[in-house]
Amino acid sequence: MFPAGTPLNHSMANPLKCDLCSKPATVHLTQIVNNKVHKVDLCEACAQAKGVTDPSGFSLADLLLKASLNPDGTGAAGLRCERCGFTQAEFKKQGRFGCPACYDSFLGLVEPMLENMHSGVAHTGKVPTRALERKSLYDRLTKLELDLTEAIKSERYEDAARARDEINQVKQTFNPDSAR
Amino acid sequence: MNLSSLIDTPSELTNPANNNTAIVLMTRVRLARNLAGYPFPGWAKAAQRDEILARSRAAVTGTRQLANGLAIAIGELSELERLILVERHLISRELSGAKGGAGVVISRDQSFSVMLNEEDHLRIQVLRAGFNLKKAWAAIDGLDSTLEEHLDYAFSRKLGYLTACPTNLGTAMRASAMMHLPALVISNQMEKIVRAVNQLGMVVRGLFGEGSDASGSIFQISNQTTLGEAEEEIINRLGNVLRSIVEHELNARAKLLEADAEKLHDKIGRAYGILQNGHLLSSSEALNLLSLLRLGIDLGAFPDQNRVVIDRLLIETQPGHLQYAQKGEFEPGQRDVLRAARLRAEFARFGRPDFKLAPGENN
Repeated sequence: MFPAGTPLNHSMANPLKCDLCSKPATVHLTQIVNNKVHKVDLCEACAQAKGVTDPSGFSLADLLLKASLNPDGTGAAGLRCERCGFTQAEFKKQGRFGCPACYDSFLGLVEPMLENMHSGVAHTGKVPTRALERKSLYDRLTKLELDLTEAIKSERYEDAARARDEINQVKQTFNPDSAR
Repeated sequence: MNLSSLIDTPSELTNPANNNTAIVLMTRVRLARNLAGYPFPGWAKAAQRDEILARSRAAVTGTRQLANGLAIAIGELSELERLILVERHLISRELSGAKGGAGVVISRDQSFSVMLNEEDHLRIQVLRAGFNLKKAWAAIDGLDSTLEEHLDYAFSRKLGYLTACPTNLGTAMRASAMMHLPALVISNQMEKIVRAVNQLGMVVRGLFGEGSDASGSIFQISNQTTLGEAEEEIINRLGNVLRSIVEHELNARAKLLEADAEKLHDKIGRAYGILQNGHLLSSSEALNLLSLLRLGIDLGAFPDQNRVVIDRLLIETQPGHLQYAQKGEFEPGQRDVLRAARLRAEFARFGRPDFKLAPGENN
């Protein structure tokens, strides 16, 4: 797998550990996907269990996902999603997240993984236009309602009237599909 | 509409309307979508799962494409019925094992299906016979846009559609084709093809997805990555890979005929003999024999219209379909007897191969 002359960043005295279970690794895989080099080191048992010997049933992406979850780096360990309570330990176990907000909570963990996993790190495809429109209207409404309360509290009645007018305007835009 | 009437209705897969299915049997596009503000199915509480199911189900059955379809909770299905849906590629094995709060909506012609509370809240699928990636994408794009008018999807400008597993982020789209590649298998070229396809960022799997073997020389080729490219780019790239595999398969067929036509004809003739006369056929052996007959059709040894018969049998000789047709549950050994009987009956009316009809010609 390693062409002669490739500098190996480990010595015999310090053999590579299996990316999945940290036993000594005896299987070293290099795969090139989308011009990116992916490397995985496995012990014999994990290589067997993951079907690495069978080229048709073997997904390096899944392996890389699990491998990158090894808590080598400290500090990030023990992250927790504010929204749903999902923990980093849970993610390490399942390879899946708890809720959409986990991507904010665990962004530092996810971002480095994406480069290996995908052909890019930013979305360039379809956008749910209608859902985003609704969200931005909703966010605007929330802000205006806050403005209105503030304005009334501090007796700025002109501002309050303006906020109320705008609220009505936004609500009207909402109306066509608020019938759902 | 209930499940038995769905199973008896001609479907896109068992009765393909178009005949252009020689090497690419079918194309599929799948989109993963989640509702904003809810945990993903694997982390949601039972009450939340029920709420997600009810909301998504209402939106899905409200679309023109699925209004007259079958909407059913997985818990309402028997084990056999679930197996049949898996064999028709309408639900995944994962969904078929779901406990509570999971469901599926399937269109009457079975070209659309939406799994609810599988790994993601919605897994939308469009299935088309033959090589129809662009049509499948257009169809699923339309359905997805309609759904989005009623559902608030979890979406981030940077990461795209947010999915339970980060390997699906971005477009959350998996486009795939099921290909029949007997000549590449016979000439031992599949390993080389798998490696080349992997390098192009595509994945090769067996007939029933992850971990399944390549019985019947049928493979699924799909995109591996979902983030960083637009849907159309992925579709185009996959299309180019598929076209190149078709070309390799055709070359391999030509080479086999050139090198030793008798050997190939012998394989096909023997398969025909066993299908007509066998009494014990496992699911995997049946797939391999049917695959050889399919190759015989492509080579002109059998009439072209027989291809739909083979494609129907590829599904109907699977364990679930076989037991459903016999109205009972049977041990694998008994199934092999039933399968062989079924195939004997089908092939009794199937004309003998004639290799002189169109020597070496294929489409």
